[in-house]
Amino acid sequence: MQLKGKRVIIIGERDGVQGPAIEACVRSAGAEPVITQTQCFV
Amino acid sequence: MVNYSANQNVKPVLKGVSYFLAHVPSMIRHGSKPSREIGKNPSLLPPILDHLWTFDQAVAYPPNQVFIGNLDPDDLLYNNPPPWYQNPVPNSSRWGPFGEIMPEEEFYGMMKISDEFELLLLEESFLLGVASRLQDHPLINPEDIRKLGKGVSLEQIEGKLREEPAMPIYCQGDRLVGCCQRPRGGGAEEDANLVPHILLENLTTRASGVMALRHLIAKTGGAHEIDYLLGCGEEAVGDRYNRGGGNMAKAIGELCGCTKATGSDVKAFCCAPVHAIVLAASLVASKVFNNVVVVAGGSFAKLGMKFQGHLRHDMPILEDVLAGIAVWVSQDDGKSPVIRLDSIGKHEISSGSAQQAIIDKLVVQPLDHLGLKLTQVDKYATEMHNPEVTEPQGSGNVPRMNYRTIGSFAVMRNELRREDLDHFVEVHGMPGFSPTQGHIASAVPVLGHSMRKMMRGEMENTMFLAKGSLFLGRVTQLSDGISFLLERNKRGE
Repeated sequence: MQLKGKRVIIIGERDGVQGPAIEACVRSAGAEPVITQTQCFV
Repeated sequence: MVNYSANQNVKPVLKGVSYFLAHVPSMIRHGSKPSREIGKNPSLLPPILDHLWTFDQAVAYPPNQVFIGNLDPDDLLYNNPPPWYQNPVPNSSRWGPFGEIMPEEEFYGMMKISDEFELLLLEESFLLGVASRLQDHPLINPEDIRKLGKGVSLEQIEGKLREEPAMPIYCQGDRLVGCCQRPRGGGAEEDANLVPHILLENLTTRASGVMALRHLIAKTGGAHEIDYLLGCGEEAVGDRYNRGGGNMAKAIGELCGCTKATGSDVKAFCCAPVHAIVLAASLVASKVFNNVVVVAGGSFAKLGMKFQGHLRHDMPILEDVLAGIAVWVSQDDGKSPVIRLDSIGKHEISSGSAQQAIIDKLVVQPLDHLGLKLTQVDKYATEMHNPEVTEPQGSGNVPRMNYRTIGSFAVMRNELRREDLDHFVEVHGMPGFSPTQGHIASAVPVLGHSMRKMMRGEMENTMFLAKGSLFLGRVTQLSDGISFLLERNKRGE
């Protein structure tokens, strides 16, 4: 998937991959995160 | 008086641990998720009531039997396979070596004993039955029975519920037996923090913490020996000027005969208990205090948190217990397991939120410091949430996910072959058996099992690592985590 130039909504998971970690990857791919959240399912 | 000696360190040990469960199915409707959903759709209440368990069913539930120490976590793997809710433990007991499971009628009595401001009104005939049952409880004294009082009429309770913002208390699912009312005076009538819902949460937390601490004292030492109490629950006691003011620790100690203790609370979301244990061990090692107890009551808000998944799968609503823990940290006695203060792993502000960074800080770096491989830790105690509770709602098997992450580090460090990852999880992990009570589930349910095995010489060490979701409070995006290694006492070898 080509992320460059796209706006991205990020929902991470506490015991999986957390929001800020995904955001760092998304930014490095040239996309613009518009919302970053981390959910805790427990 | 503080017993402080600047130049003498002692080893802190785990002198005792206790666990308590209150089976409160009739309170599920007051849990955060069920109460919000019932508010939106009242027709949800009947199916919820149809999926409540009896006390005997909750006692026979294998993970609950593990929690109070009648079964080992590995029994859930080899001797009591899932689905656990369909495979009850025969001849199971409410009493275990680590504590007990208490039925809701008795627990409401404990809440009344913990109520010093006439917040809780219980119906008189119901209360009579409660008093009769509690009189036979080994940890209830005559002063407790006196505090129960005589109760009020059902008409008075119904009147309160009609005329005031009181909160109903049910037992056996739908039988009204009491209410929690709003306090009066001193501006309480206008205080958003002194409302029945919060006050009921505080009462349940105090009562479950008291029972955990009484069990600990009964088997570990004298209440008067305790110097300091560290609370680590998820409640936020306080008023409009001091939301979350706290010191539940001292309020719990007051009802347990801890006349020589003071205390305070540690707040760090779900990893607060492990933070508190590290602080307790540090206070003992520095000889500021000789005996420090970490204590926490249950999480009222998390009752029935995953009820929708359970209803969808036509399962009993398994989040029907409030849990309590108490942990006694003391000076080295030559036999109790040692809390290695040179093993503390901490998630630092700069650590980042990737799982890799968290496990590196909590597991890898401390073990490197001790010169240990990841495979030299007998067991890891991580997020011990019961997967039978979480999976029906799509939340996955949280312990297994964490064990696989730890094992992956062992693979990356060439301490483990990739094809042995599942074996690593089986040997160094364990099935999740804790009720999904947040802070209670985070590593600490394993303390009792590891302590028992170390005392028997069957285990060398366990690493306890806990994580906290600080971002849930909408203040910071940070995560949190802390860890320590518990080790068999080798003094004299």
